[in-house]
Amino acid sequence: MSQDVEDLNRRLLRARDAMDRSYAEPLDVRTVAAVAHVSEAHFIRSFRSVFGETPNRYLQRRRVERSMFLLRETDRSVTDVCLDVGFTSLGTFSRMFRQIVGETPSAYRLGHGPIVAPNCVQLAAMRPLRATD
Amino acid sequence: MITRLNVASIYVLDKDEALDFYVNKLGLEKGNDVRQGDYRWLTVRVPGEGATEVNLEQPGPPLHDDATAAQLRELISKGALGGLVFITDDARGLFETLKERGVTDFTQEPTDHFYGTDMGLRDPFGNHIRILQQGKVAQPATA
Repeated sequence: MSQDVEDLNRRLLRARDAMDRSYAEPLDVRTVAAVAHVSEAHFIRSFRSVFGETPNRYLQRRRVERSMFLLRETDRSVTDVCLDVGFTSLGTFSRMFRQIVGETPSAYRLGHGPIVAPNCVQLAAMRPLRATD
Repeated sequence: MITRLNVASIYVLDKDEALDFYVNKLGLEKGNDVRQGDYRWLTVRVPGEGATEVNLEQPGPPLHDDATAAQLRELISKGALGGLVFITDDARGLFETLKERGVTDFTQEPTDHFYGTDMGLRDPFGNHIRILQQGKVAQPATA
C-alpha cells in the first residue's frame, strides 16, 4: 500500500517537474497526465490531493512566476513576456497576473528590479501564493 | 569555531539504489559503508580529500517507527524534503555525461544566469539535485 503511494507520488512529481520545465509550451492536462502514466481525471484528483492545488493552477502560478522574473530582469515588452511564458492571449495573461499578484504586469515591473538570489531559489520560493481556481 | 561541514544527511527510499545512483550515475565516490547490527552507515562524497560526507539515510527502524517512516517516504517521493547543491567545472559537459549514463529525470537543462550555469535533476526517489558551474556568463536573462 505504502509503496503504491510512493510510486504514484514520484510519478506526479515527474509530471509537476515537466510543467516547471515546459511551462512555455502549450501544455494541456492530457499531456501532463501522460507523464505520470495516469488518466486525466485521476491525475487532477491525485495531484490536488498530493500537492494541494490542481495541475492547472500549479502551471498558471509557474507561468506567472516566470513572467514576474522576466518583468524584473529584462526589458521585453509585456506582450512578449506573456507569450514567452506560455500564455497565448494578453487578456488572459493580464487577468491571471492581476488575480494572482494583485497588480498589473506593468505596475509590477515599475515597482520591482532584479533580485539577487539564485534562479533555483527563485523557482522554488517565489511562485506567488495568491490564486484561485 | 566550526571549521567544516563534515556530514549532511538526505533521506532515500533504498540505500543500495541510492548508492548506485550517486556513485555510478552522478559520479560521487563511496565514503563509509559500515554495518552496525542491522544498521548500515552509508555515505557518498565528492571525490577528493576533505569533501563533506553525504549520509544516505533510509526511513525505518531503528530510527523511526513504522508510521513515521511511512510519512517520510511519502514526503521524499513527492519531492518535499531537502536536496543537494553541487559545484561542477563544466555543467554542459556533465549534462551530456549524465544523459549517456541513463539519467532522464532532469528538472532543468543547463541554463545561464548572472552567477553561472546551473542545471537540475532528481535522484530516483524525488530528492532535488542542483549542479552549478560558477562564473559570470554574458547572456541575457531567459525564463
